[in-house]
Parts: sequence; C-alpha cells; structure tokens
Amino acid sequence: MDIQALLDLADEQVEVSRQVEKRKTTLRGRTQINLFFEASTRTQSSFEIAGKRLGADVMNMQVGSSSVKKGETLIDTAVTLNAMRPDIIVVRHHAAGAVHLLAQKVDCSVVNAGDGAHEHPTQALLDALTIRRNKGRIEGLTVAICGDILHSRVARSNMILLAAIGARVRLVAPSTLIPPGIARLGFETFTSMKDGLKDADIVMMLRLQRERMNGSFVPSVKEYFRFYGLDQEKLSYAKPDALVMHPGPMNRGVEISSDVADGAQSLIREQVEMGVAVRMAVLEALASHLPNR
Amino acid sequence: MSNQPILFKNARLIDPASDREEHGAVLVRDGVIVAVGPQVAVDADAQVIDCGGQVLAPGLIDMRAFIGEPGGPYRETLKSAGEAAAAGGVTTVVSMPDTSPALDDPAVIDFIVRRARDTSMVNIRPAAALTKGLQGDEMAEIGRLKEAGAIAFTDGARSVTNAQVMRRALTYARDFDALIIHHVEDPDLVGQGVMNEGEFASRLGLPGIPREAETVMLERDIRLVRLTGGRYHAAMISCADSAEIVRAAKARGLPVTCGVSINHLALNENDIGDYRTFLKLSPPLRHEDDRQAMIEALADGTIDVIVSDHNPQDVENKRLPFAEAADGAVGLETLLSAALRLVHSDRISLPKLLRALSTKPAEILGLPGGRLTVGAPADLIVFDPDAPYVLDKRQLKSLSKNSPFDEARLEGQVTITMVAGRVVFQRETM
Repeated sequence: MDIQALLDLADEQVEVSRQVEKRKTTLRGRTQINLFFEASTRTQSSFEIAGKRLGADVMNMQVGSSSVKKGETLIDTAVTLNAMRPDIIVVRHHAAGAVHLLAQKVDCSVVNAGDGAHEHPTQALLDALTIRRNKGRIEGLTVAICGDILHSRVARSNMILLAAIGARVRLVAPSTLIPPGIARLGFETFTSMKDGLKDADIVMMLRLQRERMNGSFVPSVKEYFRFYGLDQEKLSYAKPDALVMHPGPMNRGVEISSDVADGAQSLIREQVEMGVAVRMAVLEALASHLPNR
Repeated sequence: MSNQPILFKNARLIDPASDREEHGAVLVRDGVIVAVGPQVAVDADAQVIDCGGQVLAPGLIDMRAFIGEPGGPYRETLKSAGEAAAAGGVTTVVSMPDTSPALDDPAVIDFIVRRARDTSMVNIRPAAALTKGLQGDEMAEIGRLKEAGAIAFTDGARSVTNAQVMRRALTYARDFDALIIHHVEDPDLVGQGVMNEGEFASRLGLPGIPREAETVMLERDIRLVRLTGGRYHAAMISCADSAEIVRAAKARGLPVTCGVSINHLALNENDIGDYRTFLKLSPPLRHEDDRQAMIEALADGTIDVIVSDHNPQDVENKRLPFAEAADGAVGLETLLSAALRLVHSDRISLPKLLRALSTKPAEILGLPGGRLTVGAPADLIVFDPDAPYVLDKRQLKSLSKNSPFDEARLEGQVTITMVAGRVVFQRETM
C-alpha cells in the first residue's frame, strides 16, 4: 500500500472516530501488545485507543514493572512475548535499531512506535495526514523542521516521508543540533530561523530536552528561545498562511511561545486527533498480513 | 570642537594595510579620515598639526589586555587602562573576560561597553567568556553576548581542557560568525611549573613548563577547527613547534590565526635572572631559539598579531618568591617601543610590524580601523620611531607598575594619539 492510499484510509478512520459508534471489527479476536520501554503518554494511549476501536484486545506492558527491570535482555523479552501468540506488538525503545532487532525474533507484526533517535514512522504519517487535510496536498510545499534535529526520531521520519511525497524539506537548527553529514542526504540546512522559515508553508517545531539546554548543545533556554524559539516575529518570516506543528510534549517558552502554540496557525491539537486515525489505518492495513494460525 | 577638522601635515604616512609609505598629510573630520596623501587640500578652518616628519600610522589594536574592572579596580580601571593605552599609541583594546564577575552575562558586557564609553579615552571592546564562569564546562550565551557587544569569545587566561566543550563551542560559534580566542596551555601539563622547562629552570630550582603544554593543546584545537569549521585564534604562541603547527594549519586553508605577546618577541627566559617576578608570565618566557622562531614566524606571516598581554598585578601579588607570584606584566604603554626593537635590529620592516599591530587585528576582529585610507576611523598615532628613552616605571599611567621593561633602554615614542578624531594624548616634549 502506498503512502497516499494509507492516508486515504486514515481519512476514513477520522470519520469513524467522530461517530458515536466508533467500534469496528477489523481486529476482532486479535491481540495487540503495546511494549513501551520508554515512557510515553500520547503515543501509547493513541495506539491503545486505535487498537480498541478496531476491536483488538489491547494489553499495555508496563516495562517498569516487568522482567526487563530484572535484567532480561531485549531478545529474551521478545521470545517470551512471542510464545504468548500475540498478533501485533507495538514497540517503543530508547535505542536506535531495537525495534528492528525485536522484529527478527517474533512471528507477529511489529509496529515501530519510536526507536531512539532513529524513526517514529506513525508520527510522520500523522503529520503528513494533518498537512494534507489542511493544505489539500503535500507535493510542492516547503516544510521547515526546526530545533533539535540531532536527537529527533520525529525529524528523521518526517524528512524521509515528506520528501518521498514531494515536499521540500528544510532543516533549521544551531549547528550543534544538526546531524553531521545530513546535508549530503539532500536536505537544505539553515542555522538562522529567518533564512530557514522564509516562504515556508509548514513550520514544524521539535522538542528540546532539558538536559541539552544548559551549555552542552545550546548555551541556555534564554538564548535558545531568543534565536530558535518560534514566536510571532519568527513565524512572520514564513508564508502568511503558514501552519505550525509540534509533536509534543511542548516546552512553552523554550522552542515555542504560548501565543503561537495556541494561535490560529497552530495545528498542534489536530495532530493528536490525527494520531489515532493514522494508527487505526496502520493497524487496519496490517490486518491482512497478520498470522492466521 | 568635534566639528573642527584637523590636518596632520609633514608626516611620514604609513598605511600597513596597503604597505604604502609616503610623505604627506592626513585630514580628519567628524571622526573619520577624509583625505590622505602627498597633496591634501587644506581646509581653511582646520586645526593644523605639524608632525615634523614623524610617522603617522593607524592606532594600534591590542587583542589582549586584562583590566581589573569590575572586581579589581586597584589593579586597573577602564579609565587607567585607557590612559595607559593612549600613552602607548593603542587606540583599541580588547579586554579579557577574567573579571569579577566574569564577562559571561549580556548585562555585564553591556556594563563594560557603557562604562568604557563614559570613562575610557580609547575604544575598549570586551571579549566575553566562552564558557560560563570561565569554568570550561558549559558554553556561554554566544549569541546574546555578541548582541550585547562582545567582540570575541575566550576564557581569557584559562584553557578549555574539555575537547567536547571546545568542539561544540566552535560549532555553535560558527552560526553567529563569532571568533573564538583560546589560551593554549594545557593546565595538567603545566602542573606546578612556573617557567620554561629546561636547563635554566633546573639551575634556578624551579619547576618547568614543557613546550608540549602549548603544542598539545594547539594541535588539538586545530583538529577541532578542521572538524567544525569554526573561526579560531590562538591567543599567544611562544615556541618554535607552535609556529610549525600554525603554519601547517594555514597551509591547509583552515580558519586559524594566532598572536604572540610582545614579551615573547623581546625577552627570553634568561631575562628572569635573579627570580624577577615581573617576568613570570603565562605562557612562560622561552629559550632564545624560540624567541628567534617567533620573530621569523611574525616576519613570514605565520603569526598574525602582536598583543601586549597587558596584565596589571599589584605588589602584593608580585613581591613574593617566584613560584608564588602571580603571572603577568603590564604592556600597553611599552608595546610599540618594545616592538620597534625588531625594526631597529632589521628583523622586520616598519609597515610589516604595524600591520601586526593594527591591520591584522582589525581584520580578525572585523573592525574598520587598522588602515590609513579615506573613510577609515580617525584612530591615529604620530610617533618618532627613533626617540630614545629609559623606561621609568613610576612614569607609567597604568595603576600597576609590573613592567618587565623597567629601566630598559627603548627607542620609539608616541607623541600624539587620536581616537575617533579627538586627540587623547600628546607628549609634552613635542
């Protein structure tokens, strides 16, 4: 299934989710395990709701209280869970490549819900869906991804996905937060918001984690907000009808000002709604590939 | 008063930026040079100063001076440093951030800029701290500090030992086109050392500082410059191996420049003699071979600038056993005279010397001065390169008198110093 078809399917799920009766039966009788090695509120609940709306039995595995804490390796965890015959495992892990490793050891479908600084594919899909619904298209749009690109799986997935469907993707960040060599992958990089946001249709902000704010990658919150925080003035460098996105959770006053986050150009709340729809679409698309024992 | 034009006539004009030397005049109006050359149309209302055939050149730009304000006004204030600079022909001083509090906050930079404007007769351009509190751990707010008026970033007399911190600072500074100036001296290799390691230190019974304390740090930095592309200036080098390292880096096209202190061009470790603490410096005075290498590196352009490394210390910090005395020597007032020794001994031409004292620092710092051309700021000096004198430290304008040239015979004295079109110093003998 190609990307646009998947987004079409997600559009249908939006309608389902807005009805009183949200239940479908696509995954009835199927078992979905949400295996989150890293704390997550919105992604985990989004996958849980998506699975339940499709009729699956959803189990959230609390890694904090599981055998992983007792020293079990990732592979042993995978083999153990596999023996319980799940149909889908949704995995979030702090190490890049961990989801790929786990997928090699199980017989069921595995969905990547974020692995280290590598990828977060459903986030990119929900961002694409949000853009497509608001702009009517993605092809030809200029998307500026701004902030901590170095540590961001959201940035990497969006770069790949949006470029694949025809957007012009720019990266805007201080040089300390731009992955070395990324320009060679064909993405235009900017170290000034003024240059990077010029004529942008979409301004996508990224979260800056606290431990990176105080002199290690950037000197301070004050300085970061002064030069890279999205406020009304910096947003004015983009097109007048530019739309603002953020994968959440936001640091207000660090990477984005409250008036922009809550302003008329913000799509941030809509992104959350699209998250459920996209995950329903992904799970439904997997249905025909699930093990049929 | 500021509107009255001033004509300097009968001068030996030296423009180190173009290597031009000719007899002529310079007309100054509203703080800028409006005419220069052999034939200058005389303005009827101009005040005329006859230079009597002396040299007229751009004011000196000193990239390294420690000033005690804020935190140590008994050692030096912005006012006294300005007076010392004016007497020495230095029209722009880059002040180091090693103050108390350190210059790591935009508000403190703003204070220095305003305070200097109100009290100092020369231009003072503060360099801000590269890391917070000069601690070498976390980079300072380079963008905001630059907006507040910081001209460069440095931890002053300290080296940043953590290579990761230096890497990120060079990377980050590049986005703001900020210059990083680094004191290259590995404190671990310095250890307890107080002077150049070698025969003389062993004879004096003093712990030595190997040249490698400098070369190891410098070599590391240059590799980080290659990795990051950041603009880098080694504050001072002192030994032959360092000159080789910089020469190789420049040959590779890296954005690297470096300085040398006047002390390392004029003195060597033997001048320490009987434990003279005014010659306890960081980096330490080296062997005569190193001094010769510094002069050669200056002449061939490997070394870009000469700095005074002006570091006022009161007697309480200097009248101590050598190893316990503070580092540093005053130098603003003797910078030109001491440097002229190289001209008098035919080691370097006068225009080339002035280039390292004005044009090059202006280029590195992005300042408009350092050249004798129409439109350049009227920061000018008139000096007699041959006027002989014996330095009497009591005559120094600096609040501290720790000069390594006390009682030395020097040749060459500034007679007039002009800053932004105003005569701020005029020697009485003229």
